[in-house]
Parts: sequence; structure tokens; C-alpha cells
Amino acid sequence: MATVETQPARKPADYKSDINAIWCPGCGDYHVLMSFTRAFAELGLAPEKTVVVSGIGCSSRIPAYTNCYGFHGVHGRSLALAAGLKVTRPDLTVVVASGDGDGYSIGGNHFLHACRRNINMTYVVMDNRVYGMTKGQPSPTTEPDFDTALSPGGTGLSPFHPLVIALASGANFVARAFSGAPNETANILVEAIRHPGFSFVEVLSPCVTFRPDEREWKSLVHAAPVAATNDPAKAARRIMTDDGFNIGILYRGERRPYQPRMEGQNIDVAELEKDFEL
Amino acid sequence: MSKMPSESPIVSVADLLALAHQIETDAVQRYTELAEQMETHNNQELVKVFRDLARAEGIHAEEIRKMAGDVDLTAQAQRLERWKMGDSPEQADLGAAHYLMTPWHALQLALTGEQQALAFFTSVLDSAKNEKIKDMAAEFVEEEAEHVNLVQRLLRKYPKPPDSWANDDDPPRPQG
Amino acid sequence: MSKSENISIAIVGSGGAGALTTGNFLLEAACSAGWYGLMTRTVGPQIRGGEAAALVRLATHPIECMPERYDLMIGIDWLNANRFGAEIDVGPHSLVISDPHGGELPAIVSRAGARVVEVPIKELAKAIPEGRANMIVLGMAAALLGLDEEALSALLAKRLAEKGEAAIEASRAGLKAGLAAAADLDLGKRLSPPHASAAKRWLVSGNEMTGLGAIRGGVRFAAAYPITPASEILEWLAPSFTKVGGVLLQAEDELAAINMIIGASFGGTPALTATSGPGLSLMIEALGLATAAEIPVVVVDVMRAGPSTGIPTKSEQADLNIAVYGFHGDAPHLVLAPQSVADCLFTTQWAVHLTETLQAPAIVLSDQFIGQTVAAIDRAADIAFVGQRTKAAENVSAYKRYAVTGSGVSPMAIPGLRGGQYTADGLTHNERGTPTSSEGDHRAQLDKRRTKLDQFTYGDHWATLEGEGEFAVITWGSLTGAAREAVERVRDRVGVRLVAPRLLLPIQPERFAAALDGVKHILVVEQSHGAQFHRYLRAHYDMPSDVRVLHRPGPLPIRPGEIEQAIMEWRV
Repeated sequence: MATVETQPARKPADYKSDINAIWCPGCGDYHVLMSFTRAFAELGLAPEKTVVVSGIGCSSRIPAYTNCYGFHGVHGRSLALAAGLKVTRPDLTVVVASGDGDGYSIGGNHFLHACRRNINMTYVVMDNRVYGMTKGQPSPTTEPDFDTALSPGGTGLSPFHPLVIALASGANFVARAFSGAPNETANILVEAIRHPGFSFVEVLSPCVTFRPDEREWKSLVHAAPVAATNDPAKAARRIMTDDGFNIGILYRGERRPYQPRMEGQNIDVAELEKDFEL
Repeated sequence: MSKMPSESPIVSVADLLALAHQIETDAVQRYTELAEQMETHNNQELVKVFRDLARAEGIHAEEIRKMAGDVDLTAQAQRLERWKMGDSPEQADLGAAHYLMTPWHALQLALTGEQQALAFFTSVLDSAKNEKIKDMAAEFVEEEAEHVNLVQRLLRKYPKPPDSWANDDDPPRPQG
Repeated sequence: MSKSENISIAIVGSGGAGALTTGNFLLEAACSAGWYGLMTRTVGPQIRGGEAAALVRLATHPIECMPERYDLMIGIDWLNANRFGAEIDVGPHSLVISDPHGGELPAIVSRAGARVVEVPIKELAKAIPEGRANMIVLGMAAALLGLDEEALSALLAKRLAEKGEAAIEASRAGLKAGLAAAADLDLGKRLSPPHASAAKRWLVSGNEMTGLGAIRGGVRFAAAYPITPASEILEWLAPSFTKVGGVLLQAEDELAAINMIIGASFGGTPALTATSGPGLSLMIEALGLATAAEIPVVVVDVMRAGPSTGIPTKSEQADLNIAVYGFHGDAPHLVLAPQSVADCLFTTQWAVHLTETLQAPAIVLSDQFIGQTVAAIDRAADIAFVGQRTKAAENVSAYKRYAVTGSGVSPMAIPGLRGGQYTADGLTHNERGTPTSSEGDHRAQLDKRRTKLDQFTYGDHWATLEGEGEFAVITWGSLTGAAREAVERVRDRVGVRLVAPRLLLPIQPERFAAALDGVKHILVVEQSHGAQFHRYLRAHYDMPSDVRVLHRPGPLPIRPGEIEQAIMEWRV
């Protein structure tokens, strides 16, 4: 069980900054922000010991809207930033926020290795199946027949299945949430943050501007038909029947998190030089 | 999501008060949030509408707090683990917002919220075994019914906007 | 027998001959006896069994470059040795010992008119049970250099301890046989006896010194992706961190490596990565992020021949452009270049100090030559340059991460500090760190990031300045040693100043002008096909009208003789 530093009870409002979001009204990310602050409050996290790390995209604007520490890095590299941070500062709670473009396209390679490395952190990808910030291009999770300017008539490419990739790459906790159910999402985030190792939560978060069709997601999402498992093989079989709208925790693994020791053997730097001596 | 789970976590009047208070404060939070969104997106008319709604819900929250007297409603709500109960009965769905929304839309949103709250307290009333809880639930049902009426009256003042309400000649702007 | 201040030896062999190991032993034995020296190597592209030449130069004083020609060359075999080209040149006074069954002499050797003596090295080795050819070679070299047999024997015992008694005995026997085989040979010159010195000395590579400089400077986190010729830095750092504290993370690629060190530094830990040209290209975007978000990091680029994949095992000085100009936008940052194996320690440590103090990323341009050369150096004194980050105070309130201050450096809140919460951002931001597109904020932050570097006092370390005269040789990095030697050689004929900047960015116009005060003629020396350094000088500094440029690409290092010739030709 990961240890999370707790403090006297805080309210979700304690985790919101005074900066107003630039997200379009109706954006699912407003609910996700709500879920973040509720989860942090539930966990009693100290804002000064919590860091939200992100890349580039609408979802990645989230760090400045919390009053925790934040890092709004470059496109696709949030997991690498977070890895360097967490390994050297295991005392901090590190939450990584991304979107389907930032996380699965340019960030794809780092996604694989972050799952494999299993450093203790939580990765939340707000998936709206489109590139919102750059005006509506398809993303790796966009349906093959979705018509866009860059891909008229649709890309014809099968979408990426992030939960399968996460499971296969060794993520220790895999879940899907829906922004339209912010309390449930907050519950999942609480569990994800508490769970040791690399926790991956894909949050379906509709884009009101470029994917108004995603309004119907609230009718399509449903509770996952089975409870979470700690058996990766079972999880793999279950995910084969996933219609993309199963909400809930799929897998809670038991791999040990990767946390190399920062403390040395208290050997003086001068000792290192002995090997050089003639 | 506006129904009580089969095993009701409400075992005392304090629980019910805490829940009701939470519903109202959630609503204050959401309307305030929406007011800020409207301000950022230059929809001045709606800033006022949402601030008014937030103020109204704030008054309701204050009334409930007075009813509660010495009970620490925040702590009570936390003990309830109400998050585990699913999503808020009186949720003003942030997903229904739009930067060009009109007062009519805002009131529709408010109406849905009030109706969901009404349905929630009605189900508490129906399922409650404890007399005190039943009485309190009945009070809340009456309150919420009044709120529903109020919103409906307000709606009569604001016409449904034409189908072109969301028209914006300017295309979306890339930002990243 | 003339006494000489320096002697050079090349040992050539392939396919398991062990030429490089012999060179190592020779260097260590000579340096343990009190001489200075350095060793480089040149190898074929095969992972094993390829052609190899160990190139050793010994001297009575610290020495930093290779000679034009080798005094002694021993060929175990000459297979594919033509590939080395002029890097293994000999002259009419050189002695070449050749195994008659080792193939034809390379063209450059047979053309040179050197004395060639045949010794059946491999046969002599076969006559000893478990005998190895390279031990015969070691014996011959020891005889010709006048190295003490006992000391060499003891060194063999120490270094081969893991291989067992039998191997040690066989090596000693080989050593004896080699000594005997060369007993009647005469090199024509001997090294002057070593100067008595109480100073502690080290035998190290530039890459090892880079690692030590990082650790001495306070680095306790590294993330990296292996690449020739930088990998040895990482290989030294990883076990060193386990001893003194710190972690090295192997990243999935250079994009991850640079972002990992930025993340670690954001969390308060001084951090570094090491790469070569192709890796630096990948890291440029994130270096811009470190500049904009004002996060200290050091990237060591051990330059190799380019462009693109280039020649991974050979040195060049052609990453100057990307280090100085490669960032998009206006992104002032630090670029430093060590000038020798020993200087890798100082310059890397200084880079850590500067990046931590100024909160701007630093690129350290080392190169394959100094990175992988092993040299005997005087032990470097401990210097006081340790990373000193200005941190936000404990009771901070209304904290502005990017507050405009007099020095341009803003106190940095480290996560954990209550009240110091901010979001680091590559987006243009105001003093608080909130993204903005306002003209005033953009200008203010650009000014601040420029000011903090320009206003800082870098001290005398910014450049090496030696000598007097109207002529000046301006060079940088690993060529400083060769230029120094050339200037020494012509000292009796012409006074030449040596100017070698160690700090390439930010530029130092006033100090450079002072350094060139009175200089009328400049020779720029650099290992770059496109004369990148010359163009850099012209872009940033006033130069007198008479400027000549001696520039060529790798793979052959520029040796003192070429520079000497250029100075003398021009002077005439």
C-alpha cells in the first residue's frame, strides 16, 4: 500500500487556483478538474507536496488550475518529466495529465516505458478522440470514419486501445472513467493514487467544440460488467470484450514499484578518486 | 444516478442534513464555476444569471446550516463517504454549458438540477424507515418542489432561443 | 642516444592481438614511473576482431596531443591498417618493428623511409605456453623506452590477478622474451628521466573527468541513452552514484533523457545527461523548455564527426552551431568547452555551478578525442564551484516564481515549500508564471533571461590566454593542446598569443577585445569542414583584418606540426 501523506480534512476548493480555465464551456475537462480536486481532498494531500505534470493540449492546461505544484512541459514528454521528478523526490505525490494526442501519439513511446518502469505515479489521460487545441485533427483513438480536414472521409486506421497497451506494457493499475460522472471518477482517482506503481486512468472526456457527437457518450457509458482483477491474464481476456465504454477499474496489479535509492553508501566523493591514482 | 442505492447510508437526520447541505454547496460551486466560465468566454449576460443562481443556492445552503445547528456538516458528509454514492443528485451538468448559451439554457440546466434533487429526496422519503428522517425528507421534498416551480416561472420569462443560437461566424482558433 | 622530452609509440594489430591492452599497460607503467603521457586509439568498425592501433605519447611534462609521426611503431600484423591512413604516420628517424608474417606494411609506413626491423612476434609468443603476442610487444617497447622490468612485472601481476597465476606467468615470460628480442635494437632517442614530483597524479580519461566534475559540482541525478562516444560517462556515473548518493536512469531515448533531468531538477536535484551530436539534436526542444522555464540542467555533448550518424568513433568540432544557435526563439543559455582531459573536470564542474546559479541550461562541448583519451594528469585541487541554486525563502507569500530582480535570477521554489506552488511553463508567462501573450510580460521575461547571463561575472576562467605577440592563434576545445605545442615550437622565432575560450556562450566582447589588444594577425584553428568557430567569432567579435583559418573535418586530429607550418608560412 503506497503511503500518502495525510493532513487535517481539506475541501476540494482548497486545491483550485484562482486562474480561470480557457476550456470551452461544456468541455469534459471541467469535470475532470473537479474530480482531481475531490480526489486530492479525499486523500488529504498537501498541495505543496503534490505535483501535476502535463504536456501540451487542452487537457494539459490543468496544472495551473490547481494550486499544487505543476509542470506544463513540451508535447508528449510529461511521463519523462514525471519519472525524473518522482525518482529523485519519492516524497511527492505525482499525477500526470495528458490527452489522447499528447499521450498516445507523440507520447506513445514514453507511455510504453512508463508502464514498464512502474514508477509510483498516476497517469490520467483525458481522451476526447480528437486534437482539440489545433482545431480538430484525428488522434490515435479517433474512429476510422471520422471526417476531418486533414483526413477527408476518415483516416481508415484502427484506433489505438490504450487499456490494452497499458496492460501489456506492465502498468500496475488500469482503469477507465467518464468525465460526466465526476464523483465516480474521483473515486477511481483516489484508488489509482493510493495504488503503488504506475496507475493508468483513461478518462473519456467529450470535446464540445470538435466532437459534439460525443454528447451521446453519457448514454453509452456503463459500469464494467465484472469487478477488478489482480490477474493480468484475466484482465487481458476481459479487455477483449471491452466496447470502449466500460467504466471502472479493470486491473489492480501487484508488481513492485520501481524506486531506486537516492541515498548512497555515505561514501565521500574523495573515495571515488582513489581508482584514478597512479 | 438520482436514486438511492439499495443500502441507504442515511441513518440519521444529521446524515440527511449533511447530504442536503452538500447538494446545495455543490450547486453553489457549479454555478460559480459556470459564472467564471462565462466571464472568461465573454458571455456577460450569463455571468449575471449564474451568479444569481449561485446566490440563491447559497441561501438554501445557509438555511440548511441553520437547521443543522451544532452539527459539523462537513465532517458528517465525509463520514458518509457520499462520493461512494455516485454522482450528485442536484448536479448542474457542466457538460451542458456552451459559450453562447442563453438564459433559457441556464434555466433549463437549473431546472434539471432541481428536478433531480426533488427525485432524490422523494426516494429518500419513500425508503426511509426512521420517522425523523421521513419528516425531514418531506420538508426537503416540499422545498425542492418550490424550487422547481420557481425555475419554471423564470423560464416563462425567457423565450426559447432560435435554432441559430449557437451560430458563430468565426471558426475555432488553434492555440497550441 | 639523444634525450627527448617526449616519445611516441604506435602498436598495431587486429583480431584479438590485444594491441589496445598493450598500449594501456605501457602508459600505466610509464606514468607510474613518473612520466606523463596519453593514449588514444584508432579502430575499425567491427565490434570485435577489427584492426586496432594503440597510440601512446610519453613525456616528462603533461602532454595533451598526438604527434605528427610516431617514433616507434610495432606491428603485430598490418591487416587493414591502411584504413588508419595518416593517423599512424612515421618518419625517416622512426623505428618500425614488423612481424614478417603480419602482412604488407601499410603504404604510409613503407613510403616514409623509416628503419624497418623484422621480429617474429607471433612465433616468439607461440614458443611460450599460453604466450600472447602483445606481451612480446610490451617487452620490446619496455626495452626501447628503458622501462623497469620489475615494475612492469608487478603491474602485470596486479592487472591480471583475475586471470590467475598461469596467465601472469605466461605474461611475464612474454615480457622477458620481448625484452630480449629488442635488446640489440636502438630507438635513437630516450625519454629524459621523469621530474621528481610530490604531486599526486591520476591516470584518467576525459569522460571519467566529466563524470567526476558533475559529481563534485553536486549532480545527483542523470538520465541517459547510450551513444558513442559518451557512454563511458554514464558507465562511470552509475556505480559512483550508488556510493555517494544519486541515481542514473537509463531512458528509452534522448527525448526522455533530457525531460527526465528537467523533471529531477525541477524537484531540486542538480541533474545532467551526456550524449553526442545526434542525441543533442533530439534534446534541443526540451533545452528550450529549460531555458523558458528557467530550470538548471547540464547536457554534455561528446562531439563526434558528423553530420547525421557520421563517424561515431572519431572527433570533430562541428556541433558548435547547434549548441549556440540551435534553439528556436531567442533562448540565451550557456555553452562551455573543456580544453583537455584534465579540463573536463573543471569545466563540467563549473558548468554545474553556472547552471544552478543562473537557472539556465548549460551545454558542455567535449569531444571524442578528449573524452576517450586516457592521460596522466596532476590531481586537480578541489575547487569551490558547487551548484548554488537561489531558493525561495521559507515564509514565502504571494510567490512569483519569475519575479524580475536586479540580477535577473529569481528565487526558485522547490516542491515541498508551502506557499511556493507554481506551474513551470514553456509558454510565455508573467512574473507569477501564468501564461500570457502580453507584450510587456514577454519582453520583461526575455530581458530578464538575457540580463541574468550577461550581467554575471564569469572571472578568468572564460578563456585560456597565454603568451605575447602580434600574432594570435585562436582555437577551442581539444585543439588547445595542439595549438599550445605549436606556439611553443615557434616561440624562438615569433611571439604568438594563444586564445582559447572556455565559455562560448554568453559571448564576452569586452574581455575578448582586451585579449586581442595589439594583435594584428589571427590564425583560427578548428576541426570543422564549415569553419563553424571562425563564423562564430566573426558573428560576435571584432577581428583585425588579417585572419586566416586552418580548418578541416575529422577523422584525423589536427596535430601541432600543421599549426606550426601554418604560422610559419603565413609569417613569411
